[in-house]
Amino acid sequence: MYVAVKGGAAAIRAAHELLADVRRGDRDVPQVDLAQIDQQLGGAVDRVMAEASLYDRELAAVAIRQARGDLFEAVFLLRAYRTTLPRLGDSEPLNTGAMQVDRRISATFKDLPGGQVLGATFDYTHRLLDFELDAPDLSATTPVCTAPPPPRVGDLLGADGLIEPNPDDGSTPADITRDPPTYPASRAARLQALSRGDEGFLLALGYSTQRGYGWSHPFAGEIRRGFVDVEFVPEELGFAITIGKVEVTEVDMVNHFSGTEDTPPCFTRGYGLAFGHGERKAMSMALVDRALRAAELGEDVAGPAQDQEFVLSHCDNVEASGFVQHLKLPHYVDFQAELDVLRRLRAERIEEEALKEAAE
Amino acid sequence: MSSGYNFAYLDEPTKRMLRRSLLKAVAIPGYQVPFASREMPLPFGWGTGGIQVTAAILGRDDRLKVIDQGADDTTNAVSIRDFFAKTAGVATTLSTRDATVIQTRHRIPETPLQHGQIMVFQVPIPEPLRWLEPRETETRRMHAFADYGAMHLKLYEDVARYGRITTAYDYPVLVAGRYLMRPSPIPRFDNPKLDASPALMLFGAGREKRIYAVPPYTSVKSLDFEDHPFTIESWDRPCARCGAADSYLDEIITDDRGGRRFVCSDTDHCNQRLDAKEKAA
Amino acid sequence: MLEGSGFEDPVHDAQRSFRALLNVLSEPGTIATLPQIDAPSLPAAAAAIALTLTDRDAPAWLDPSFAAAAQWLRFFAGAPIVTDLREASFVFAPAASRPQLAALAQGDPAYPDRSATLVLTVAALSNDPGWRLSGPGINGTRDLSVKGIDLDFLADWHDNRARFPRGVDVLLVAGDRVAGLPRTVQIEPVHIGESACMSR
Repeated sequence: MYVAVKGGAAAIRAAHELLADVRRGDRDVPQVDLAQIDQQLGGAVDRVMAEASLYDRELAAVAIRQARGDLFEAVFLLRAYRTTLPRLGDSEPLNTGAMQVDRRISATFKDLPGGQVLGATFDYTHRLLDFELDAPDLSATTPVCTAPPPPRVGDLLGADGLIEPNPDDGSTPADITRDPPTYPASRAARLQALSRGDEGFLLALGYSTQRGYGWSHPFAGEIRRGFVDVEFVPEELGFAITIGKVEVTEVDMVNHFSGTEDTPPCFTRGYGLAFGHGERKAMSMALVDRALRAAELGEDVAGPAQDQEFVLSHCDNVEASGFVQHLKLPHYVDFQAELDVLRRLRAERIEEEALKEAAE
Repeated sequence: MSSGYNFAYLDEPTKRMLRRSLLKAVAIPGYQVPFASREMPLPFGWGTGGIQVTAAILGRDDRLKVIDQGADDTTNAVSIRDFFAKTAGVATTLSTRDATVIQTRHRIPETPLQHGQIMVFQVPIPEPLRWLEPRETETRRMHAFADYGAMHLKLYEDVARYGRITTAYDYPVLVAGRYLMRPSPIPRFDNPKLDASPALMLFGAGREKRIYAVPPYTSVKSLDFEDHPFTIESWDRPCARCGAADSYLDEIITDDRGGRRFVCSDTDHCNQRLDAKEKAA
Repeated sequence: MLEGSGFEDPVHDAQRSFRALLNVLSEPGTIATLPQIDAPSLPAAAAAIALTLTDRDAPAWLDPSFAAAAQWLRFFAGAPIVTDLREASFVFAPAASRPQLAALAQGDPAYPDRSATLVLTVAALSNDPGWRLSGPGINGTRDLSVKGIDLDFLADWHDNRARFPRGVDVLLVAGDRVAGLPRTVQIEPVHIGESACMSR
């Protein structure tokens, strides 16, 4: 019998022992250590931190190792840990304008104050498998960007009134981990959900807006990546102190807007922010953020990416993965109920047909 | 009890948030209270709503029973029971009669519930109107005005097309004459047990972030039509183990030539009956 | 020097208090006893309710006669004290100077849970005849006698019920005792002479 047998607890224990064994693999191969994951699999660490909404490289590495590299599982582990942490206070908003950038590009201007800084990027690499991958010698060739933080492209456009201002009404933003979701959701709540949303899901949705599912004419106004200070105002001090640095990728996507009766034509923004090297994620997020503003800007809500409830209730991969996989759990009581209905329907049909035949 | 975590895993502010939601839920029977569901160490869809509700209500003196598909030994039931034994150190039991709190997935025990007991249901999709209208903004409006015509129409279309209502489980109910409610995916067989039950019924949907409740002695009516009254599943044979003719049966395929065996889905009920028979013999 | 104290055993006392509140609200008219809490100006049961349910996400409003409890509430529950009745999740008031139920947050038709709970202190609570309660949570009817509540309360309650599913839930407290009136409950006064045939 599948279930309803004694020994469920023993079976679970054995399955977990097997998992631990499979995770470790061949004992002759050394166990990967956390510093190796942090240093050499940084993309995985960044993604796990972003979707878990927890900035801690070491914990992310612990999760990745424990999940045997299954990043969904690692995100889940880190989220479940995050939820148990006490909430001591809220930081000041990050000032990404003061970011020490190690990458900064704009697709909208050939050159601009602060210049185009490529930094470390897969862009323009030829995707040829390198079987002898090794560390390069950087000492001679590669400059390190130490210039002061460049002005933001959005601010340059804003000075001419060509782009909508970034509104700050001073209100306390929603906290999606503390407030139950309600619709319509505020932009702050939407951005939080997108920021921890599944990269693959957002990528596909962002992509769909480029293909006509939703009206969109985006330009990558600015992409910047680097470390920013996290500031906190302790109640007893009354002024902000820096409590650490986080590495983030920020995307300001610039979109055409024809204006309304009250608003002259101007550019509008879609905003994306992700921990670490999260360019694909932040760009997708910015496209979807702009798409989700359709209703607010008086545009038709036609594509899935413009539909708040659709996007926000399906972008979380911890939720999605859990519910899809719950189909593995036994459902035989409900299946029996379905069988009961189906058998009755079939019996009635057969009876009807027999009667019909007898009548003919 | 394992250290490092609070009693019953959740921190006190989270429990307070849940407790406030639970009190609203009992005050507005059948209404879905949104709550700030937390990530639990078990996956969403695997009982996180029920687990959060149980964690919020559980005390040191409780005796907890956990069932899945009516059985105490199914893997998920074992896993959740272990979770609370570990994080809260509470007594657990397989006996419906001895339990003060029963967390369940998909069944209500056959043994009649008693006054003072609390049932905690794990709920996958709390919204009864969800298949008719995917939008929360719209279903909220429908509940606000008790605008349930669409559900009656859906059931009526079933009758017109198939001669009967074809909803097999998670069959919609009207609570205290006001709110339409999903009873969670219990079979129709269990719906009548909800009506005027002496026990308190709490429902938790973790992924969907909703809590709802039916207080004791509250009317819970399965939707139907006068000429097509609500019916429950029935079998033409008793349980092959204990001989019960009035319990919900699981069908077990015994060979590849059409062999079938039917046994009680409620393992505690079945075992109690067998024990009683043995004692009598 | 801070007056008063919190729960002796914060985790388990809060759990026991909550279960008592869950019980009195799911079975209206039943009376429970809450842990003894020493808080300036607040009766013990009201103080236990505050510790069990209020915090930084659930602001409280205090009647001027409970002003001495403000400091205690901020310290032991971490609850913000609001001056606008409508912003309060929990409103603490003595029956003698209670606000109209309609003055509290009522929730809205789509979200009737966004409403306030009124913690109303009265002189005494018992299950002697006085009010006859019926509705969800009651098998037939249940008697509740509330001493020291104004005569207008029943009319106010009638209006509160008429707003269902919006409306206010009430916790009546006397000393360390508490009874619940969820917005669903119907209250009929029991007339003298009728008490002999009360049902339970």
